[in-house]
Amino acid sequence: MSVLEVQNLSFVYGAGTPFEKKAVDDVNFAVNKGEFIGIIGHTGSGKSTMVQMLNGLIKPTSGKVLLNGEDIFANPKEIRKVRFQVGMVFQYPEYQLFEETVYKDIAFGPTNMGISGDELDKRVRSAAMFTGLKEELLFKSPFDLSGGEKRRAAIAGVIAMDPEILILDEPTAGLDPMGRDVLLSQITEYHKVRNNTVLLVSHSMEDIARVADRVIVMNKSHLQMFDNTKNIFARGDELAKIGLRIPQITKIMSDINGDSGLFSQGILCVEQAASEIAEVLKRRGKL
Amino acid sequence: MMRDVTLGQFFPGKSILHRLDPRMKIALLVAFIVLIFCTGNYFSLAFTAIIVALTVFFSGVPTKMYLKSVKTIIFIVIFTSVLNLLYGTGDVLWSWGFLKITTGGIRNAVFVTVRIISLILVSSSLTFTTSPTDLTDGLERILKPLGIFRIKVHEIAMMMTIALRFIPTLLEETDKIMQAQKARGADMESGGIVKRVKALIPVLVPLFVSAFRRAYDLATAMECRCYQGGSGRTRMKSLHLTAVDFKVLAFMIFVACSVILLNIFL
Repeated sequence: MSVLEVQNLSFVYGAGTPFEKKAVDDVNFAVNKGEFIGIIGHTGSGKSTMVQMLNGLIKPTSGKVLLNGEDIFANPKEIRKVRFQVGMVFQYPEYQLFEETVYKDIAFGPTNMGISGDELDKRVRSAAMFTGLKEELLFKSPFDLSGGEKRRAAIAGVIAMDPEILILDEPTAGLDPMGRDVLLSQITEYHKVRNNTVLLVSHSMEDIARVADRVIVMNKSHLQMFDNTKNIFARGDELAKIGLRIPQITKIMSDINGDSGLFSQGILCVEQAASEIAEVLKRRGKL
Repeated sequence: MMRDVTLGQFFPGKSILHRLDPRMKIALLVAFIVLIFCTGNYFSLAFTAIIVALTVFFSGVPTKMYLKSVKTIIFIVIFTSVLNLLYGTGDVLWSWGFLKITTGGIRNAVFVTVRIISLILVSSSLTFTTSPTDLTDGLERILKPLGIFRIKVHEIAMMMTIALRFIPTLLEETDKIMQAQKARGADMESGGIVKRVKALIPVLVPLFVSAFRRAYDLATAMECRCYQGGSGRTRMKSLHLTAVDFKVLAFMIFVACSVILLNIFL
C-alpha cells in the first residue's frame, strides 16, 4: 500500500484578488513505503507549494492528501501528529535555528512530540550523527557555527523527530561541492538505515540521478511526468522543452549513442557509463 | 493571515491619480483634509463627500479595497458618532434617564461620521495610487525646507523608504519561519496567553537574527555603491509638475472656493 497519496491536489494563492495565481493544479501521485522520490521542476513550477501541503502546513484549495490511507485534513486538531510523521526540511533551514545550544535546537521537535529523558538524548545524538555534526558542536550556540554546520544542525532538528516520511526542499542549495556530496550521501545513508520514505526537491539533476528511485517532474503547476529515474532522464528532449536538463553523463552517453543503440537509454552515473563502454569494447574484442 | 495587511498597499495603474506628482498629491491631500473639517453646513459637507466619491471612483482601485480600509476603523466611527449623538446641545428630541438625543447631537454625529470616513477614503486613495518610493520621494521634497533647522530630511526619507520596502519582506520571512517551526511541531494556535507568548520565541529569535543580517547586507551594498547620504545626491527620476497637476490643482481651488461659498451663503 502506498504510504503517501495525493488526489486532485490544487492550490490557489490569493483567491479572489487581482493577484490570484494557481500554484498547484490537479496533481495526483502515490508514493510507496521506503521509496526515495526526487522532485524536479523549473523555479516557480509549484514544487515547494506542493510539498508544503503534504504535511498540512498549507491547506489545499481542493483535493486530498492521504497518509497511510487517511486524509490528513480530516481532523484539524490532529494536524500536529501529521507533521511529526511527515518531517519537512525547508529551503535554507539554517534560518530557523533559535535555541541557545545546537543540542536544544535539535531537541525542539522531539520535545514538542512529548519525548524526554534518555530517549530524547538518544534521538538528538543519533540525528547529529546522521548529519555528521561533531559531538563538541552540540553545546555551542547555533549562531557560532559555519554555514554548512548550521544547515546540518537544522536538518538534524527534523531527523530527530524520526519521521516516517522525510521531505527535503533543496537541502544542498548554497553549499560547496564537497559539502553537497557529503550531505547527500548522509541523507541516502539515513534513508537506507531507517528505511523510511524520502522526498527530495532539487535543482541538481546529478543529485537526483544519483539517489532517487523515481522522479516527479513538475511544470507550470502540473505534474508533467512521474516515472523511474532512468526513464525520466531518457526523455531529455521533453525535459529540455520545459527548461530542465539531464545529468551531463546522461547527455554525453545519449549523444554518443545517437541511433546506434550501443548503450542503454538513461545512463545515470559515470560508473554505469564506464561499465557500458567497457562492455561494448569487450564485445568488439578491443579490451 | 499576514497577507491581509492593506497598510500602504500600492495598486499600479494609469488613472489620473496615479499620474499626479506625489508632492502635489500629498499637498492636496493635506489641504483637502483641512477643507473637510472646514465644512460648516450639510451642503458643504455633502459637496466634499461627493468629491471624495469622485476621487475613489477615478483612482482606478477596486472599491473593495476602500471598503476594507473603512472596515478597520468602523468601530472608531461608531464609537465617536454615538458619543457625539448623546452629548450634543440644542432641542431635546428623545431622552431616557441621563441619555438624551438633541438636534445638535444628530448634527454632530452626522458630521463626525462623514468626516472620518472621508478622511480614511482620501488618505487610502493616496497610498493606493502612490508607490512607497514616490511617496517618500514626495515627502522628502516637501520637507526639504526643514533642512535649515539641521533636520536630516533625506536620511529620514531614506529610512522610511527602507522600512516600507522591508515590511513585505519581513512578513514573508515571518511566515516562512513560522511554517518551519510548525513543521517541527511548534504549537502557536492554542493555550493561554503565557504559552502563546512563549511559543513566539522560536519565531522572534530567527526573525531578529535575519533582520540584522539583512540590515548589515543592505548597509554594505549601499556603501559599495558609494552612498554618502543626502548631500550632493542627484536623482535618476526627478519629479516634474505636469499639466495634469495644474489642472487638478485648479479643480481643488474651485472645490475649496465652493465649500467656502456654500458655508457662507447656504
